Amino acid sequence: MASPSGDPASRVATKAPPSSGARWPDISFRWLALLAALTTAALIVLVGWELYRGSRQAIAQFGLNFLGSSAWDPVTDKYGAWPFIYGTLVSSLIALVIAVPLGVAAALYLTEMAPLQLRQPIVTIIEMLAAVPSVIFGLWGIFVLIPWLRDHLFVWLKHTLGFLPLFQGPIYGVSMLAGGIIIAIMILPIITSVSREILRSVPDLQREAAYALGATHWEVIRIAVLSYARRGLFGAAVLGLGRALGETMAVTMVIGNRPVISASLFAPSYTLASVIANEFTEATTDMYLNALFELGLVLLVVTILVNIVAQLMLRTLSGGASGKVN
Amino acid sequence: MKSLFALALAVFLTTAASAQMLINGAGATFPYPIYSKWFNEYAKVDPSVRFNYQSIGSGGGQKQILAETVDFGASDGPMSDENLAKAPRTLWHIPTVAGADVISYNLPGNPKLRLDGPTVANIFLGKITKWNDPAISAPNSGVSLPDQDIVVVHRSDGSGTTYIFTDYLSNVSSEWKEKVGKGTSVSWPVGLGGKGNEGVSGQIRQVPGALGYIELAYAKQNQLPYADMKNAAGNYITPSIETVTAALATATIPEDFRFSMVNPPGEKAYPIAGTTWLLVYQQQKDAAKGRKLVEFLKWAYTEGEKMATTLDYAPLPDNVQERVLKRIAQISY
Repeated sequence: MASPSGDPASRVATKAPPSSGARWPDISFRWLALLAALTTAALIVLVGWELYRGSRQAIAQFGLNFLGSSAWDPVTDKYGAWPFIYGTLVSSLIALVIAVPLGVAAALYLTEMAPLQLRQPIVTIIEMLAAVPSVIFGLWGIFVLIPWLRDHLFVWLKHTLGFLPLFQGPIYGVSMLAGGIIIAIMILPIITSVSREILRSVPDLQREAAYALGATHWEVIRIAVLSYARRGLFGAAVLGLGRALGETMAVTMVIGNRPVISASLFAPSYTLASVIANEFTEATTDMYLNALFELGLVLLVVTILVNIVAQLMLRTLSGGASGKVN
Repeated sequence: MKSLFALALAVFLTTAASAQMLINGAGATFPYPIYSKWFNEYAKVDPSVRFNYQSIGSGGGQKQILAETVDFGASDGPMSDENLAKAPRTLWHIPTVAGADVISYNLPGNPKLRLDGPTVANIFLGKITKWNDPAISAPNSGVSLPDQDIVVVHRSDGSGTTYIFTDYLSNVSSEWKEKVGKGTSVSWPVGLGGKGNEGVSGQIRQVPGALGYIELAYAKQNQLPYADMKNAAGNYITPSIETVTAALATATIPEDFRFSMVNPPGEKAYPIAGTTWLLVYQQQKDAAKGRKLVEFLKWAYTEGEKMATTLDYAPLPDNVQERVLKRIAQISY
């Protein structure tokens, strides 16, 4: 349609080379697209390189101990990343445990069950959650969520599940669990909307076939829809996880910012992104800045590793080949 | 017609602005409100120069003045000898205003408390954990203190407020000095971290039995309860602009102005206070800019200082102001 000459030969351009005048848009677009793809890849490499450059001194000083050490003392210039890595992974995991079932269930309702005229309004509302700035979630977390968690949910959890080490110890409100819950709320929109797209891409033939075999509504969802879309839904969770790992401001405001490792989810914790945001502006010594840069590098590597693991898990997951998100 | 006039005015203003000299500064966040007030007011005094100040934090302020990407820097903590040695020329610290930290808390009825340095240090070391500990109840005979855990709250972000507070604890407790030390961020033995004054005061307000330190200006503006602190002379002092200025007047200030004013000897001095500095090269690179900068500094220390109290900063006392003005006169360009 866009062909300037409009002669039918251009439609078989791949087989019979037409005049050079018709070919060059093809070629230049191909190079432009390649350039765009390479730039994106180069950006990641550049970011990694810059982080490495900024942290060389700390890498030389602490070596691999940096990853395993729990010290974080700017006064004596002793640094370790372990409590931050732990806090980042656990808070993200909590967020996924809460947000994935909720998001997938919401998406199921929106594609399979909700009355047609209700679907779009609900989708719009859920997507509006994604537009709320991080700091607003943080303030809401401090003034609304935390008091409620401290006085109701946490007390109830301690009362009923207190035999688990997860729910023991003093309750301050700000905690690993509060951080996880805030992240869950923030990644819910992306998980819901990606899941919804995945579920919508399940062919109606699948559903009709299951109904034809006499399946109930629930069985149709379970056999025909969920198992078909399994890989895609897993991909939605991975996308959510990617966002969870890097969430900064809101988490900082509710997680308690204490670099300790505790079995209890009521205890404060700290994440990689939070400590960088908190301490970068006032870091004056070289080693301190280097250590903060290295935390950034660690966060980048953790994110990449988690994504690779997720891709590998995705590959071993049997089931429908389609519905893959990325 | 009106809009045409407005347009003409806008064009005139932008061309006028482009002819202005621009002096760039960057650094500390704590004095940002007073600095931006100064720059605004000074624009009326001398319209030919415009100041652009980025409150990116003391770390950035020190880095940028060392790299000479700004005309002046600002820092809440004095530069370390190691960093100062990196300066290409003589770099001076010039104190501008002082502020204080107050100990705020959440107790039933929020009574007025009296605390002393070693007790506060022991609370932050995790050695005093209950509100009815004898060390707290002894100077507060009229107050009934509950048998409740103290929940310690501190700043999680690096800040000048933390520098002043840990400087004070290092001064009053040798154990603190040895185990923790002073800095804009430290490795806290106990406690929860809140981001910014608002984060710390938010947690203090919400958690019964909480105790933490916040900036005096913030506590005053938000009407938070705070404790009277015992000073070096043995008096319990309520934090205020006057008692902070009194602390400045009796602090020992060395020639290079890199001083700490915690726990000074004055009778009426509030002990947890500190100052903030501008970082200026003794030899200015650009003569025209240098002249304008010196003119501004002279104005700031004579006229500008008077605005400090309205923004809850303590101005420098006369004796310090005089010394600073002498130093400014030595800046060459």
